[in-house]
Amino acid sequence: MAYFDAASTEPLHPRAREALLEAVDVGWADPARPYTQSRRAHLLLEQARSEVAEVLGARPDEVSFTSSGTQAVHLGVLGTLHGRRRAGRHLVTSAVEHSSVLHAAQLHERDGGTVETVGVSLTGRVDPAAFEAAVAREGTALACLQTANHEVGTSQPVAEAAEACRRHGVPLLVDAAQTAGRLPVPAGWSVLTASAHKWGGPAGVGVLAVRKGTRFRSFLPEDERERRRVPGFENVPAIVAAAAALRAMAQEAPGEQRRLSELVGRIRETIPKVVPDVEVIGEPVERAPHIVTFSCLYVDGEVLLGELDRAGFAVSSGSSCTASTLRPSHVLEAMGVLTHGNVRVSLPRGATADEVDRFLAVLPELVRRIRHDAGVA
Amino acid sequence: MTEVTTPALTIDALGKKCPIPIIMLAEQINYVPLNSVVAVLADDPAAFTDVPAWCRLKSHRHVGSYELPGGGWAIHVRRNY
Repeated sequence: MAYFDAASTEPLHPRAREALLEAVDVGWADPARPYTQSRRAHLLLEQARSEVAEVLGARPDEVSFTSSGTQAVHLGVLGTLHGRRRAGRHLVTSAVEHSSVLHAAQLHERDGGTVETVGVSLTGRVDPAAFEAAVAREGTALACLQTANHEVGTSQPVAEAAEACRRHGVPLLVDAAQTAGRLPVPAGWSVLTASAHKWGGPAGVGVLAVRKGTRFRSFLPEDERERRRVPGFENVPAIVAAAAALRAMAQEAPGEQRRLSELVGRIRETIPKVVPDVEVIGEPVERAPHIVTFSCLYVDGEVLLGELDRAGFAVSSGSSCTASTLRPSHVLEAMGVLTHGNVRVSLPRGATADEVDRFLAVLPELVRRIRHDAGVA
Repeated sequence: MTEVTTPALTIDALGKKCPIPIIMLAEQINYVPLNSVVAVLADDPAAFTDVPAWCRLKSHRHVGSYELPGGGWAIHVRRNY
């Protein structure tokens, strides 16, 4: 079996596994208590915080751990809006943000706030000038932009957006879920969110970093944990494992991510040559190193995913051709590309050229057969 | 510029899920003369994006999408070749 769905979750890094097993034994106590076992848990938690902060380019006291990337986004968006209430109630996001951002924005709207969604190009990229125009609007309390898109891999112009936000005195929340540990975090963020299981850490750990000087106030009931930003008892062993994975991933990144990016390049180049009526979407160069998405005309994406699974490949799809989803992917819709017949390949650490070549060898016949069965001439 | 053209052919894909409306369009566009318009009636939200995307990929022209009173759209496509 070849696992090509790292953008959903990266398999646990061996360093994380070792760290987790060790920390389960020594880091189980409540880090907020005064006795020996607690001091040990506290030490492990703060050590992990420093390590995560260093890799992400933050100060340790700016970093809080959440229970997921989604929770980090929810708390980050709503907490910053809450803290900046006096500056205004307007929120700016791109049209292709993760659903956690868009859902937080919907909650903000239901609560009487306003939201402007900045559109993207055919490749899924935000135009920095359009983003700045939106941010410049009176009463903008927060802007949100992802480092790279989770469905198509396109990188966003975060540095330019951050510069624009700085000019207008607006904090920028950067969602780094798809690139943390793989690429350096772009400078200029006010709030940073990420998810440990996307970089080879365990599930159940997210990161919310709030830059010194950024007004932030949790909208949840008061709780002492995590600088009052995140409620509840920290999962210390999982956080320790997350930090170990991030360090290892970032250390390997220059070589490994370049290698994966070359394999993605090979997929981007080969697919249009071996499959008719196909479009490889997203930015060809300015992209996350491990993600590529293509759309096959006249093909039900779910059927293709099932066939690929039977052939030994785990991939994902933004396709909406199932009864359970009412709307097509908001990302593909915003780009104006096909919303059916999509396959997202996202390569985990260690994915081999052999696996990629096998995938490229079996794909054309599967697509041909599905089209044939659907009566496509 | 508004372009009012009576469709030479109407494809009823109402109630059909993607990619069926596109499959029907790809097959039937060859039945109309060059430069004439095919109307695809569809109510799967995916068709609203997918028909124009198909036009871009196959070098036909998306003329416009018009809401239908009963829900869905009439999506007009001009045959280019």
